[in-house]
Amino acid sequence: MKLLGQFGKFWYDFLVGDDWRLAIGVVVAVAGVSFAAHHGVNAWWLLPAAVALVLAISVAHEVRRHE
Amino acid sequence: MHSVVLVAAAFLASAVEMVEALTIVLAVGVTRGWRSAAWGVAAAVGGLILIVAGLGPALANLPIDSLRLVVGTVLLVFGLQWLRKAVLRAGGVKALHDEEAVYEAEVALLQADGERRGHDWYAFTVAFKGVFLEGLEVAFIVVTFGGTQKNVGLAAVGAVAALVVVLVTGTIVHAPLARVPENTLKFGVGVMLTAFGIFWSAEGAGVTWPGADLSLLGLIAFVVALSVGLVALLRKTADVPEVTAP
Repeated sequence: MKLLGQFGKFWYDFLVGDDWRLAIGVVVAVAGVSFAAHHGVNAWWLLPAAVALVLAISVAHEVRRHE
Repeated sequence: MHSVVLVAAAFLASAVEMVEALTIVLAVGVTRGWRSAAWGVAAAVGGLILIVAGLGPALANLPIDSLRLVVGTVLLVFGLQWLRKAVLRAGGVKALHDEEAVYEAEVALLQADGERRGHDWYAFTVAFKGVFLEGLEVAFIVVTFGGTQKNVGLAAVGAVAALVVVLVTGTIVHAPLARVPENTLKFGVGVMLTAFGIFWSAEGAGVTWPGADLSLLGLIAFVVALSVGLVALLRKTADVPEVTAP
């Protein structure tokens, strides 16, 4: 059980890392792009915009945590 | 164009991880002896070869759009983690990663545990863990980059070139690669992983990029501008005097 927990923690740290907001933000944005594409909208700009937003939010959160 | 960027991205990302692994192995070898450390490295490399050999061909059989969607999304999350850390370090919010300090700390820890005769399991385990965990990230990058482009071999070329450069440099200086501007390298890798991640995940989701493959260059420029802008903003608000530029 402990080994399973360590295994899960390793993959969580490996893939999600220090801030889960980045992972959730990316998954939601990619889902949005996919939804738009399946409805005939080529929303190529959506993902870069979402990346800028989630990175700024994550950095701002870390700065506030250090203050 | 794509092939050159693919090799360059795999080279940069692999080099960063290998510098970290080499720092750990050097610390173990110098303090506890090279024999057990070398066994640890060999065991880790063997395990990594098995993983790449198992995952590479499996990826090649998956439908390309699904592969790009999944791999692109994972790469994007992975890349943003690196970029976030690099931005925080360059902006003065987090301490810069210092291989010299990591090496000294590792040496102190290993010496505190005392010396061993015969096979040193402690040295073996530390060397194995260092090489396996850092190597796993290299393997992940090679398999995902190569798999998405249906060319694992080309990504592996970048990783092997990085291995040669890091090993030769490590052998010559025989010390932690403190002179390698690791934070700058990490910034570059974060930019590459994020740009590739945006490109592939959007393509896998059904987007057609304006300018096709050329838009990757635009994405790299966009991510660089975004990161440099965030660093400038952090330095301005934190009033940080002088930190390593990205």
